[in-house]
Amino acid sequence: MAEKPSFQKEVMNLMHVMDGNPIEACIQCGTCSGSCPAVEYMDYSPRQIIALIRADKKDEVLSSDTIWCCSSCYYCTVRCPQNIKITEMMYALKRYCIWKHKHKSGVIGPDFSRKFVKIVVKTGKSYEPGLAPTFIFKYGVRGVIDNMIMGISLLQKKRMAIMPKTVKRIANFRRVLNRIIPIGVEQ
Amino acid sequence: MKYGYFPGCSLETVAQSYDISARITSKKLGLELSELEDWNCCGATAYFHIDEILALTLCARNLAIAEKAGLDVVAPCSACYKNMLEANVRLRQDDDLREHINFALKEDNLQFNGQVRVLHLVDVFMGDAVLAKMRELVVNPLRGLRVAPYYGCQILRPKMEREGENIERPHFLEDLIAVSGAEAIQYPLKTQCCGGSLIITNNSVALKMVHNLLKCATDFDADLIVTTCPLCQINLECYQKQINRVFGTKFSVPVFYFTQLLGVALGIPMRELHIGSEIISPAPILTRFVKEA
Repeated sequence: MAEKPSFQKEVMNLMHVMDGNPIEACIQCGTCSGSCPAVEYMDYSPRQIIALIRADKKDEVLSSDTIWCCSSCYYCTVRCPQNIKITEMMYALKRYCIWKHKHKSGVIGPDFSRKFVKIVVKTGKSYEPGLAPTFIFKYGVRGVIDNMIMGISLLQKKRMAIMPKTVKRIANFRRVLNRIIPIGVEQ
Repeated sequence: MKYGYFPGCSLETVAQSYDISARITSKKLGLELSELEDWNCCGATAYFHIDEILALTLCARNLAIAEKAGLDVVAPCSACYKNMLEANVRLRQDDDLREHINFALKEDNLQFNGQVRVLHLVDVFMGDAVLAKMRELVVNPLRGLRVAPYYGCQILRPKMEREGENIERPHFLEDLIAVSGAEAIQYPLKTQCCGGSLIITNNSVALKMVHNLLKCATDFDADLIVTTCPLCQINLECYQKQINRVFGTKFSVPVFYFTQLLGVALGIPMRELHIGSEIISPAPILTRFVKEA
């Protein structure tokens, strides 16, 4: 009978490439939390998230809004005295949540990322107006108005594209991506 | 010197002024920016939320295109720069990863061999010969103008291949601002994050982060803020109206690109640098310092 891997092990397994020291090297010094520009908006600080992972508190970690407050600024990573790649750990947790559909309700990050990837897979380039449906109605009437005002200003200044651009060798491009992971490739 | 120029998606749309001013100032300084043919999106941060190898593959394709052309990659966007620098280091170090991604790149007749360097446009401008030429060519020294250098994150962090560089207290933007004749103000949040894509996915958090930055820069009497990244420019500039409403502030500080600041000092007409395509134009402040607009 195979043993169920700990949550800590699962998280480490999600960091195939971006490896630093293992999470268990954490000395709970709090340098990450002290350096984080978004810590005051998180329910658990980065240091607490690491402690929760080590305590196998999977549900608490996955349902926290901490990972969706992380802007990937890498302050924690460059300052960590134990060389733990904390930003990459946050990315790994985002991937875990998105795959398992286990995120806190109401967060926009997962839908936004899924849509972004779909657009890039389709055209090879990002296209801001195409992302709008993932967030525009999530901030209420005021949010819609704010976004519309800004959209009009940017259009007036010719800073918004009407049509998405596409890489020239798009068929090749899609085949390249398909060799890595066969996701959402529309032929 | 000739470089493989990677403008990135933002510079084709919302940050066109960065693209135009990067090309025109580079030309003036004798730098040849040759756009990489058929480049694709760097993956931004969103791709890493889905799959890290997929994200690295996007960057690897661009690096392989540059390799084919035999040119080092120059990215003006800090996020593109960070992604491609990171991919370059990872793929050079990890034989299995390189083999895996090269297998995919065969579909586009490309191969990554780690033969090119990845540079930020600022790195190119900071070359000794380029700086010397810049000093020589300044015709509009912007004396008395107080500029806040805003670094943001991705041009400094993570540390990839940056051993020995001062990422906690950098001063290269101050050095560039000094060449223009303007005064670079010192303020504590110059390397703090603008919130990046949180401005969309977690708006209230990002607005607070931007508010703190604007407050800090203006508390130290900045006339203008200079950035090296389209994301930073958008967050700091385009959301000021919203921030003023939410926080009851009265920010109206122009935020533009270092290429535009240098371009003005080098005597390039503001129109040609696309100054005026901002929501809050720096033109009224700049005209006070320019001999012939």
